[in-house]
Amino acid sequence: MNVLNFINAFFSDSAHWKGYDGIPTRLGEHVGYSVLALAIAAAIGLPVGLLTGHTGRGGNALAFIATAGRALPSFGLLVLMFVIIGLGLLPVMIPLVVLAVPPILVTTYEAMRSVDPSPVDAARGMGMHESRILFQVELPVALPLILSGLRSAAIQIVSTATIAAYVSLGGLGRYIVDGLYQRNYEKVVGGATLVAVMALVTLGLFWALNRFVVSPGVRRSS
Amino acid sequence: MIRIDSVTKRYPDGTVAVDRLSLEIPDRSITVLVGPSGCGKTTTLRMINRMVEPSEGTILLDGKDITQQPVNTLRRSMGYVIQNAGLFQHRTIVDNIATVPRMLGWGKEKARARARELMERVGLDATLAKRYPYQLSGGQQQRVGVARALAADPPVLLMDEPFSAVDPVVRKGLQEELLRIQDELGKTIVFVTHDIDEAVKIGTMVAVMRTGGKLAQFAPPAELLSHPADEFVEDFLGADRGIRRLSFFPSAGLQLLTAPIVAIDSTAEQITARDTAGAPYLLVTDLEGRPLGWGEPDRLTAGDIRAEHLLSHGRPFVAGTDSLRAALDCAVLSPTGWAVAVDAEGRAAGVVSQQTIAEAIRSAHAEGRETDRAARATQVTKAVG
Repeated sequence: MNVLNFINAFFSDSAHWKGYDGIPTRLGEHVGYSVLALAIAAAIGLPVGLLTGHTGRGGNALAFIATAGRALPSFGLLVLMFVIIGLGLLPVMIPLVVLAVPPILVTTYEAMRSVDPSPVDAARGMGMHESRILFQVELPVALPLILSGLRSAAIQIVSTATIAAYVSLGGLGRYIVDGLYQRNYEKVVGGATLVAVMALVTLGLFWALNRFVVSPGVRRSS
Repeated sequence: MIRIDSVTKRYPDGTVAVDRLSLEIPDRSITVLVGPSGCGKTTTLRMINRMVEPSEGTILLDGKDITQQPVNTLRRSMGYVIQNAGLFQHRTIVDNIATVPRMLGWGKEKARARARELMERVGLDATLAKRYPYQLSGGQQQRVGVARALAADPPVLLMDEPFSAVDPVVRKGLQEELLRIQDELGKTIVFVTHDIDEAVKIGTMVAVMRTGGKLAQFAPPAELLSHPADEFVEDFLGADRGIRRLSFFPSAGLQLLTAPIVAIDSTAEQITARDTAGAPYLLVTDLEGRPLGWGEPDRLTAGDIRAEHLLSHGRPFVAGTDSLRAALDCAVLSPTGWAVAVDAEGRAAGVVSQQTIAEAIRSAHAEGRETDRAARATQVTKAVG
């Protein structure tokens, strides 16, 4: 099959494995953008989601922000930011973060809201501080759902980070953009394959993280 | 002592959950708040540990206003047990129970040792320590809930419908366990339920509340059953309160007949000798004296009495320990109309007829009336004095 031939040709060409345009470099750049964007999105989405979910206030505002965020096209935002800010990492990070915040925010809020209220009542009744209730009673139970929000955000970031190449940055998008421009479909397919593999690896990482940080008491009862 | 002093809880929308309620909850006993849904019983309980703040009135704990100390300090001095237990599903049983000691700053090992001690106290097998809540039955989870509330040895225990979500058989076991634990520990327990049978069974004092958050009656269970304050309380107690009241009369005074009892290896002479005992049937026992069943004197052949030919004696009552209600129940269910009394080891202690039980009930009632009259007389004297 054509596509498989392309993939084979791309990965067996030793020139693709070294230099500033080699797979390790581009993969490293892509991982770098993705991790940074996810970290920023989590730094915004997690605290807000945890707090609003714990208090139960601001759910409507969250839903509005999330819908608005989802309605913004990443590519359009990138071009807009590029026009306003110019070249650099920032115009790439903004659309990626805008893309990733809604799933993190909304699932974290929902995860906290769906925690059984009776252990929380029991904890409060035995004199536990609110912060301890949040982190030691609600969070451990909400964790699987919160992780699933982070996971979908991460996968969206990994696939969308390819747009960085449009504004002259690196990452796996380089192969796709350059390949299209050079009519080198081997390169396009190779780049796309790498993105797909990276998305699957991300899935695997979150699966492992879930096994590692979620209590067996929560994992099996839900 | 917990003193609730004309406390009202009014919500912003105007609903009055509790209306000028005053109640003195005695130390080291179980006080039950009971009533239909919407009577404010849970709100009252939750005002004691300030999960709900009263709109008016004060609650005193040992003479001090409960708002005088930090809310979490107050709550840590009161165990809190809720319906469905509310266990932390991400923590093992032993860590669930160790929660409050850990909050109070105990070391991990000390807190866990204490938790294991409490598991034993509430009747949980030590092998459950490392399990998670989802691996336990509803009844076991509720035991964990009680153990968790007792972990820091608080003087007060607040229990909000703790046994409502389990099936009747398990509930009965939990109630008996609570009474046993209470015998050992002597906590001041405030217990909320909608089940009047539960209230009468476990309460030292019972506060019946009516819709609108008003106190209808506050009395010991026996008095509640004998003298309901008004029609509402009477309705709430249900149709068979007369029978249930018998639970509070001991069977110790019953005249038991021992003559109509024969052992299975009795000779013909022994059987004829017993025949005149006044009972229409003879109770046959095994060689250790445990009852086997009733036999007609004419049909009992010495040396060939077979247990399978005898009439069932039903469930016997334990003489002295069980109440008149249990004795009457035995007699009513017995095919011969006679109840069988056994001692603590299950050996037949005697038999008693329905008539004899009825007489005992009449005299117990008469005594009750005497006591009431005396009590009222004292009150009058006090009022006059």
